[in-house]
Amino acid sequence: MTSLALDPPTGPHPLERAVRRSERRRRLVALLLMAPSVLFAVAVFAVPIGLFLFRAIENDGIPQRLPRTTAAVQAWDGGDLPSAAAFDALADEILALKGTPELAQLGRRLNYVVPGYRSLMMGTARRLDAAQVATLDAEATRARLIEADERWADPAFWMPLKQQSGPLTTFYLETALDFERTPSGELVSVPAERAIFIDLFVRTFQTGLATTVLCLLIGFPVAAVMARASGSLANLMLALVLIPFWTSLLVRTTAWVILLQNEGLVNKTLLFLGLVDQPLQLVFNRFGVYVAMVHVLLPYMILPLYSVMKGVSADHLRAASSLGAKPFMAFRTVYLPLVMPGVAAGSALVFVLAIGFYVTPALVGGASDQMIGYFIAYFTNTSVNWGLASALGAILLGLIALIYLVLGWAIGLDRLKVR
Amino acid sequence: MAARSIRTRGERVGRLAVLAFTGLVLVFLVAPVFVVVPLSFTDSEILVFPLPGWSLRWYEDFFTNPLWTGALYNSFAIGLSVTVLATVLGTTAALGLHASRFRLKPVALGLLMAPLAVPVVIVAVAMFYFFARIGLLGTFPGMVLAHTVLALPFVVVTVLATLQGFDPTVVRAAASLGASPLFGFRTVTLPIIAPGVVSGALFAFVTSFDELVVTIFIASPRQRTLPRQIFSGVSENLSPTVTAAAVVLIVVCMSLMIAVELLRRRSARLQGKAQ
Repeated sequence: MTSLALDPPTGPHPLERAVRRSERRRRLVALLLMAPSVLFAVAVFAVPIGLFLFRAIENDGIPQRLPRTTAAVQAWDGGDLPSAAAFDALADEILALKGTPELAQLGRRLNYVVPGYRSLMMGTARRLDAAQVATLDAEATRARLIEADERWADPAFWMPLKQQSGPLTTFYLETALDFERTPSGELVSVPAERAIFIDLFVRTFQTGLATTVLCLLIGFPVAAVMARASGSLANLMLALVLIPFWTSLLVRTTAWVILLQNEGLVNKTLLFLGLVDQPLQLVFNRFGVYVAMVHVLLPYMILPLYSVMKGVSADHLRAASSLGAKPFMAFRTVYLPLVMPGVAAGSALVFVLAIGFYVTPALVGGASDQMIGYFIAYFTNTSVNWGLASALGAILLGLIALIYLVLGWAIGLDRLKVR
Repeated sequence: MAARSIRTRGERVGRLAVLAFTGLVLVFLVAPVFVVVPLSFTDSEILVFPLPGWSLRWYEDFFTNPLWTGALYNSFAIGLSVTVLATVLGTTAALGLHASRFRLKPVALGLLMAPLAVPVVIVAVAMFYFFARIGLLGTFPGMVLAHTVLALPFVVVTVLATLQGFDPTVVRAAASLGASPLFGFRTVTLPIIAPGVVSGALFAFVTSFDELVVTIFIASPRQRTLPRQIFSGVSENLSPTVTAAAVVLIVVCMSLMIAVELLRRRSARLQGKAQ
């Protein structure tokens, strides 16, 4: 306090100023060093992911290609049929798109909502004649459209034009969760025979959970033995865990296809031992998926467990038993709480990695063993429905973010490292 | 030692069972890798045990068939470019992150680490859309950029880890002796963090060399890499050449990862001694 009074009233001491200046310069250098990689990660990672996720809610194509129709349909109450003005606008706008690839794109987009819409659009465009429509008034255009295709008299085909006229849509997210809209706009679950995505989420979760539990049950004793082993033996065991960890996931999956196929080593051995009469179907089904996934993910369980277990001194257990605890009691009340962070970290890593798997189920699973990742790829490449691919991706990413948030709060994210 | 004598028989049997189980699990872990290797030396068209005879014909096919040599060349070209880019970006990022204490640091670190947390199929699809829009789909630079995003976290983590044991006063000592910041970096900082940088570079190369999913989505046939070609082989016809290719992939990745592990142990030992 007294030194403050002694300071000259003209401002900070020159030395203090110099320190501040050098501090500022240091901070600037640090920022400049970070800038290239942060900008790179934004440009090549964050922006693509953001644009991808935005597709899940972007209403691509309907209001852009049918601006007048979607505006005119807004006045419609969803009951009988829209006004003649809406029919008039639709006929004009279909004719404007006739012969361009945009008509097919629009038809495909609407086909996601109501099957048959694509053929309706293409057929209507083919049957309408621009010169003729120009001479008709709105009422006559309505009659002409219904004559061209009577589906235009069905309100179900008008509903998507009313419901999806904004710049954003919840349609893809609803579809990805097996919901649909009734003609009056209510959100209802789709009938069980058409529901596919809830099953897909349940299957992904089941596969992830089963893989995690199997990895924990197998990995826990192995990690415990490794942690108690002496120097060179522990090193050997660590090497045996690291060899598969360092081997390409693709190579390991390939190896399981070779091992488990009908003429593979496993079936040959079983036949030779007389345990089976004919080869078992071990691959391209759920069994193959579990074997390969547990094999790929086991090191992610063993390594965090091992590093935590190595830090637990055997003295704790000895102390517990000297106080009269039976082995199981000592394990449950002393050892397990101490290694719990490793259990949590390993299980979380395995689960999060498992629910995002794509290559392994694609190569060793059958059609009914595929998980969310496969369908994201499928809706991107095969059945081109990018909105739905994005919606599935957004839901998967949301789940994973939630898991990380909970983990960050419970055990700290820096524990989630393998080595 | 004394503890052993008071173990009951039940405990000894239990312990033996756990040891046997551990042995079986370790065999399960390494068996697939060791099964692929002999199969690649078969002289038969089909992948069966026991091997009808030994031969190098599938390696000969691998190293003479342009489909495979092209893939190998692409993998090395992309991998080396990724290594350079990711190592430079990741090392500077780690130096900056280490030197600063500003509020947004966790955000910057989180952003650089995020590619590890996002399922790779989502990264792949997102890049597919993005690259299609900006004209990088099916191009060599596109592949390098995409793989660099995936490799960057490994470089940042390994260099940051080395910097944890780095005493910043030695840089000040260099400066007080008249070294310019750049000279000080080159002659003092870099030699100390070099093992971390080299580990990061090796990690970056392996990440790219081994990458499959992003490649499936954004590579055109002209950028077919070794894993991409193996993937086609497994899904179309599983010939013994695929196993030879797999062995090449194993040998490259494994030897580089062993180098990383040796560097890690060496620096752990040196840091242990310094303390």
